[in-house]
Amino acid sequence: MTGISMVVNGRAVSGDVEGRTLLSSFLRDDLRLTGTHVGCDTSQCGACVVHVNGKAVKACTMFAVEADGAEVATIEGEANADGSLSVIQQAFQDHHGLQCGFCTPGMVMSAAALLKDNPKPTETEVRDYLEGNICRCTGYHNIVKAIMAASGQDVSAIAAE
Amino acid sequence: MYAFEIERPSTIADAVNALKGEDAQALGGGQTLIPTLKQRLAAPSVLVSLTGIGEMQGVCQADDGAVCIGGATTHATVAKEAAAHYPALADLASHIGDPAVRNRGTIGGSLANNDPAACYPAAALGSGATIITNNRQIAADDYFEGMFSTALDEGEVITEVRFPVPQTANYQKFLQPASRFALVGVFVAQYADGVRVAVTGASEEGVFRWSEAEAALSANFSASALDGLSLPADGMIGDLHGSPSYRAHLVKVMTGRAVAACQG
Amino acid sequence: MPKDSGIGASSKRREDLRFLTGAGKYTDDINIHGQTYVHFLRADVAHATINSIDTTAAAAMPGVVQVFTGADFEAVGGIPCGWQVTDRFGEPMQEPRHPVIAHGTIRHVGEIVAAVVGETLAQARDAAEAIVLDLTEKPAVVDMKAAATEGSTKVHDDLASNICYDWGFVEENRDAVDQAIKDAAHVTTLELVNNRLVANPMEPRVAVGEYSRSDDMHTLHTTSQNPHVIRLLMGAFVLGIPEHKLRVVAPDVGGGFGTKIFHYAEEAFCTFAAKAVNRPVKWTSTRSEAFMSDAHGRDHVTKIELAMDADNNFTAIRTETYANMGAYLSTFASSVPTWLHGTLMAGNYKTPLIYVNVKAMFTNTVPVDAYRGAGRPEATFQLERVIDKAARERGVDPIALRRQNFVTEFPYATPVAVEYDTGDYEATMAKLEEIADIDGFAARRAESEAKGKLRGLGVNCYIEACGIAPSNLVGQLGARAGLYDAATVRVNATGSISVMVGAHSHGQGHETSFPQVISEMIGIPEDQIDIVHGDTSKIPFGMGTYGSRSLAVCGSAMVRAAEKVINKAKKIAAHLLEASDADIELKDGQFSVAGTDKSVAWGDVTLAAYVPHNYPLEDIEPGLEETAFYDPANFTYPAGAYACEVEVDPDTGKVTIERFSAADDFGNVINPMIVSGQVHGGIAQGIGQALLENCAYDEDGQLISASYMDYAMPRADDLPFYTVDHSCQTPCTHNPLGVKGCGEAGAIGSPPSVVNAVIDALQSGGKNVTHIDMPVTPARVWEAMNNA
Repeated sequence: MTGISMVVNGRAVSGDVEGRTLLSSFLRDDLRLTGTHVGCDTSQCGACVVHVNGKAVKACTMFAVEADGAEVATIEGEANADGSLSVIQQAFQDHHGLQCGFCTPGMVMSAAALLKDNPKPTETEVRDYLEGNICRCTGYHNIVKAIMAASGQDVSAIAAE
Repeated sequence: MYAFEIERPSTIADAVNALKGEDAQALGGGQTLIPTLKQRLAAPSVLVSLTGIGEMQGVCQADDGAVCIGGATTHATVAKEAAAHYPALADLASHIGDPAVRNRGTIGGSLANNDPAACYPAAALGSGATIITNNRQIAADDYFEGMFSTALDEGEVITEVRFPVPQTANYQKFLQPASRFALVGVFVAQYADGVRVAVTGASEEGVFRWSEAEAALSANFSASALDGLSLPADGMIGDLHGSPSYRAHLVKVMTGRAVAACQG
Repeated sequence: MPKDSGIGASSKRREDLRFLTGAGKYTDDINIHGQTYVHFLRADVAHATINSIDTTAAAAMPGVVQVFTGADFEAVGGIPCGWQVTDRFGEPMQEPRHPVIAHGTIRHVGEIVAAVVGETLAQARDAAEAIVLDLTEKPAVVDMKAAATEGSTKVHDDLASNICYDWGFVEENRDAVDQAIKDAAHVTTLELVNNRLVANPMEPRVAVGEYSRSDDMHTLHTTSQNPHVIRLLMGAFVLGIPEHKLRVVAPDVGGGFGTKIFHYAEEAFCTFAAKAVNRPVKWTSTRSEAFMSDAHGRDHVTKIELAMDADNNFTAIRTETYANMGAYLSTFASSVPTWLHGTLMAGNYKTPLIYVNVKAMFTNTVPVDAYRGAGRPEATFQLERVIDKAARERGVDPIALRRQNFVTEFPYATPVAVEYDTGDYEATMAKLEEIADIDGFAARRAESEAKGKLRGLGVNCYIEACGIAPSNLVGQLGARAGLYDAATVRVNATGSISVMVGAHSHGQGHETSFPQVISEMIGIPEDQIDIVHGDTSKIPFGMGTYGSRSLAVCGSAMVRAAEKVINKAKKIAAHLLEASDADIELKDGQFSVAGTDKSVAWGDVTLAAYVPHNYPLEDIEPGLEETAFYDPANFTYPAGAYACEVEVDPDTGKVTIERFSAADDFGNVINPMIVSGQVHGGIAQGIGQALLENCAYDEDGQLISASYMDYAMPRADDLPFYTVDHSCQTPCTHNPLGVKGCGEAGAIGSPPSVVNAVIDALQSGGKNVTHIDMPVTPARVWEAMNNA
């Protein structure tokens, strides 16, 4: 076992983990931050996306030991300090960008990473950026719309409710 | 996964030392290795993480103009930092996997693994790059030895990759729709002494140079120079996503598009 | 003005708050003190005799609690099938035993061969590697037509053949249909494959079994669309646990799409093993396990013939289908290619004679069962593809040919035993032409051609049968359960309401849309109403969520229960207002006496019900809680028209969806935002089937597309924005809400238009391609162009 410590959502945490412990397991099983989901084992679905030192990564494809000393942000830390939904989260609700909710944490974390790098993405840029996040419910229409709306763009011309 | 320890050396020397241990294995960004470990298809006793080694990070330009990329540099960093020096290479890096994968996956990891459908092998072979390890320099033409096979010795670490910058270059990737690896990817680079065409995704032998196309394009760098050529389907990969003849056809189409893009 | 609450309002989803903040509670988020973990050793060959299993070494490994094999489950029942189909000779289908753990024979890759319960998952997996199997491999039965031949290897030695049933529908029409086809002026024939799919909800399945010795109570937490169905099937048929000793909980479930309807061996195992080891037992599927253990979908091979008279009126349809059952009969497997498929073969058209033949085949593959649409996509695809081909053969416009043959008068009794209560196919087609800008297609095609691309337009209609189902009817057809639903409306003393519903929400937004209905009925704010679902100990009963039935069936039960509540509340109000029951009106949360200004608020009435100081105790009981069961009188028949525009790259064969439009008639709509979202998701799955998804086996029965590395899931960059419309509304005539169901429409209605569009594009490029099987991959398009 290896002792590790990191800052997760602004809070210092530590734990003892095996070499093979994935960051996703450390978050879910040790820290009980179960918002980070695991939907595949080939690093494709993106339900587990979190930020490590400000960059989106797949928590199921990184060892917890590798995040030793890092700043980690998960979906549990995405809301505003007063507990209200962040701009991105609110846009997902406003535009019905989620159904079953399982891919949602990864979608929101990817969206946050995208908008940090590219504050006004085009539709194509949003779709390209979501290449590593699979949603089976929404057909992506309302996810793309929500992310564009969260960036402050007018999405009223995009079809349907 | 089977149990293993992880070591996180901060120098190349320490990493090389750690890799001398029995069943030790290098860990780059882990974007291929970790899924492999999950399937229990590998059983290392120690993983030596290379991502904390400062001297293997980053992109710079050598005196001769070549772009030098540290072996542990992520695809995202290459996409950003190589853009000014070698746009085609940066563009290739910016389309590997997906954004989260690009934030972890490294050039050294990709070249050491030599997946037959990976993008970087096409760039390295198509650029005539030099693979620099902890103890030698290997020309790309000597490095790739077939699917998942390279000239690297056990415990040898790719510390840097050096890309001569061509006059113009372009990479065209036709996606395998599930894995998002290349069903066929073609890297075309025009140098003063000729054109190189490297193909990934297509051959059972892994990345290869399409020498007939190179000759034709060296004589006449335009898509029409390929008109009379055809790549035999023998030895091409056939699977759920495309037959050998389809892949052979795509190689030609993608080569033509890469040339056209160079000129566009 | 759009409404801002109640029926017809696009109320924002309340469940989103927990999902957006990581506070959802999915089954894998449940961890119970003392819990153990199970790793299943799964078959890596498709067909073999198990000579012996030696678990001695495994049992001695560190952390191993207990190792189980098929022998441990010999005394319990097999996994049951919920529908008995009778074949065309009047005989019941062949129904093999479906063991929890393989016993004696392995019949598909992924079948459970042994199970190791350990202190940690890694220890259990380590030990599973120490299990020694002695197998004798047998030839794998994979190809359905070969499986049907005399002398084929049998999947089940104890059955007469690999044919589960040979079903004819309507058998009495067989000769008349043959004759009509002989007599036809024109017959269009098409052979096609409806490709095998994997539902792939993003949350893999999970089961946590628990047992309490103190009260002999079993609890199963599971990723299910219908916890009561699991309780019934597992309790009564597999483990012999009476309902009052078995609680099944399905908390937040991350998508289902049909594949989480069924009762699975892993659920029975965890429930059984929890008692055996006297500790909770948890199983979390990996995605790789999911590919070889979740029931697959579709997998039909069909020949369809469409007969027309000289004026292009449809005169008869004849189909012959081979439908894959896989190695065992999953819960509803037998009903999918029969009653959910044959009954829809009339589509939106007045074809007088139809005969459907289905041979259901056992193969050495994962069981196949319902996946979003379940039988109806297969029916729609055949019909709408053959109509398109017929239009081309006859040189007529495909939309005009459809229009000419539309059913226009309702109710309409089809020749395949169902009666459409209402619909307006002309209206949805006209709406489609408008929203898809069919008139502008020629200009868009010219633009594509200028770029060197081929552009095609594909259109299709669809109809489906939802609101499953009238129990007396499905009972006659072989269903082994009633398919009603139930709801309890519990009004609390202060007027807030909890509604316990049998429907399960796993993406459909019931927690938001169901309260909209109650809010409309009573006139109190939506946030005063909560929905409770997913726990057999909390809800009265319920058959769950599938077949776009939740609102039409369970919602109707909820309305009936609410009506009972309102009737009782009116009696209380009448007492408080010293008026007659008949004069009491309820509006905006106020009871008033008609024609007077006397009124009493909802909350005062509910308080009186629980504090009955001034109350008609001699006439009615205190309290305000009512339950209703609702059994539908008929199916509902959502219908619509879809259009797809594609660009085809002639150099690579790659197809790009440029535009996709859907005009649906769902009857009344409770929450338009949610309905649009359901259609979007269905369309994406339909496009996935048409262009990307392919669950493939090799001839040895090995699953080739066994992970997301080879099974192509639709991603954001594969898809466009869709234009959807559900303003054409012919309300269902037989349920109180007038709703029809919208969950499956997108997946049913979209594949034919995509393929029709590709064919149209290739034809426009001078390639005489008449059909390409799904998924229409670039390689297949390229090959079709080369062979044309």
